[in-house]
Amino acid sequence: MTNALEIEGLTKTYGDGFHALKGIDMNVRQGDFFALLGPNGAGKSTTLGIVCSLVNKTGGKVRVFGYDIDTHLSDAKLNLGVVPQEFNFNQFEKVFDIVTTQAGYYGIPLKQAKVSAEKYLRKLGLWDKKDTPARMLSGGMKRRLMIARALVHEPKLLILDEPTAGVDIELRRSMWTFLEEMNRQGTTIILTTHYLEEAEALCRNIAIIDHGRILKHTSKRELLQQLHVETFVLDTETTLESAPELEGFPCRLSDEGALEVEVEKGQGLNRVFVQLEQQGIKVVSMRTKANRLEELFIRMVEENAREASGGAA
Amino acid sequence: MKVQAMVTAFNTIVIREIRRFTRIWPQTLLPPAVTMTLYFIIFGNLIGSRIGEMGGFDYMAFIVPGLIMMAVITSSYANVVSSFFSMKFQRSIEELLVSPVPNWIILAGYVCGGMARGLGIGLIVTLLSLAFTRLEIHNLPMVVLTVFLTSALFALGGFINAMLATKFDDISIVPTFVLTPLTYLGGVFYSISLLPDFWQGVSMINPILYMVNAFRFGILGVSDVNPFVALGMILVFIALLTAISLRMLKRGKGIRH
Ligand SMILES: Nc1ncnc2c1ncn2[C@@H]1O[C@H](COP(=O)(O)OP(=O)(O)OP(=O)(O)O)[C@@H](O)[C@H]1O
Ligand SMILES: [Mg+2]
Repeated sequence: MTNALEIEGLTKTYGDGFHALKGIDMNVRQGDFFALLGPNGAGKSTTLGIVCSLVNKTGGKVRVFGYDIDTHLSDAKLNLGVVPQEFNFNQFEKVFDIVTTQAGYYGIPLKQAKVSAEKYLRKLGLWDKKDTPARMLSGGMKRRLMIARALVHEPKLLILDEPTAGVDIELRRSMWTFLEEMNRQGTTIILTTHYLEEAEALCRNIAIIDHGRILKHTSKRELLQQLHVETFVLDTETTLESAPELEGFPCRLSDEGALEVEVEKGQGLNRVFVQLEQQGIKVVSMRTKANRLEELFIRMVEENAREASGGAA
Repeated sequence: MKVQAMVTAFNTIVIREIRRFTRIWPQTLLPPAVTMTLYFIIFGNLIGSRIGEMGGFDYMAFIVPGLIMMAVITSSYANVVSSFFSMKFQRSIEELLVSPVPNWIILAGYVCGGMARGLGIGLIVTLLSLAFTRLEIHNLPMVVLTVFLTSALFALGGFINAMLATKFDDISIVPTFVLTPLTYLGGVFYSISLLPDFWQGVSMINPILYMVNAFRFGILGVSDVNPFVALGMILVFIALLTAISLRMLKRGKGIRH
């Protein structure tokens, strides 16, 4: 089966001479739910922008369902739906018009376009706003409008660049459910997000990109297995003066005065508590410092930064 | 893209353009109607009655074709330049860039949108002029041909202007400093035979002079230039601007990074 997306040796140098992408290789299987992760300025939007014809590439190959964007651009585009990072609709147009017009650009006759627009506006809870000009929508509604617009021609590959930025928790959850359903019905999804819990909850495969290079391209499961150390944050009854000595567990005090303990996989937590008990430290609550993916992500990006700056790790 | 799909995409663009300028009609349709009515009253009626004849017709009848043409030129240009630039500015141009619509359809769609407004205005001004003068058409095919082609040409001009513009100021420079002077000096209000030889020669390098005269020939049957030369010239310009526009779209400067 051909991949939904294949990227080979992709490079991008912007007009000002900035090398945003330095040779990206990436594959996304059909039916996958894929996350492209990376810090601000890593090159996520640039990569996705090239796939969607919003950015001209400098070098390399991009194929969408086997269609090379250099030679079969229009076939590639027909299979793609795009939700960009920034709002990009005409502020004065009405919601319904925006979606049906987009369908028209894909060659869908108006009658059919209206049916499809209604379907997706309803699914995304925007039907009662159909006659509202886009500028009068809230931020979360604008995001959903962009999703409806991207789906109106029923693409096989949906690309979402930070779809849940600025969306409240409840709405984010309902968007997750929506995307999961789309994925179950066969739509391949690629998303970028800065909420790593989102990637952890939704995605099967992950690429981590930084400074225009892919640091990691693997399945979420494999990635999480690499996580040897997890940090726990313990709130103590009395604020500690200094971090206690815990045999086998490196620990430190956070800025807020909580105790942060690093626990290796398989070590178990009991010995932490036994030692704390012995030292007369009472723990009132405990949580993990970040979610697992986040922890891994931060480590990788930090390592990459050290390597990039030439310092020894 | 299949032919049927391309037709749909083209219609979508044109309908969207028409919806835009009719939605904001107080900015797009009303002003030229008001301005042209003032021209008819002041130049045609009040001053015109003192001027007497021009090119063998009373002054009012003489200026009507030029004024219609002036309205068509300005509106065709203004529609495309402001619509396409604001698409660029709001980035809604990306809706088109991600879709499979070929560049030539995008261009054709915008040009036809501009023509819809230009010709619509032309019709409004023509109807208004009937309140002031009788309109007898000398050569209908000539009238239709010149007005359509001129409208298309200036819609293309507006498109190129929008592609080049980087800020809102840039979209009013050409209309103010190029189009308006060329139109006023393009024989809308006078026959160039009134001018000294030297200035007649200078006027002959003004393309708008040819369009106004070809149109006036269609209506009144008089012209300062050969109307067929004028038509040929418009066609050459259209071909040139089309080629430039398509090249700009392909390179994507200002719309794709
Ligand atoms: N039009 C442009 N001209 C010059 N440089 C650009 C342009 N667009 C992006 N860049 C640069 O390219 C790099 C990658 O940008 P990109 O938008 O792809 O990052 P990103 O991973 O999407 O970041 P974020 O998470 O903040 O959205 C950044 O350093 C950015 O400054
Ligand atoms: Mg981005």
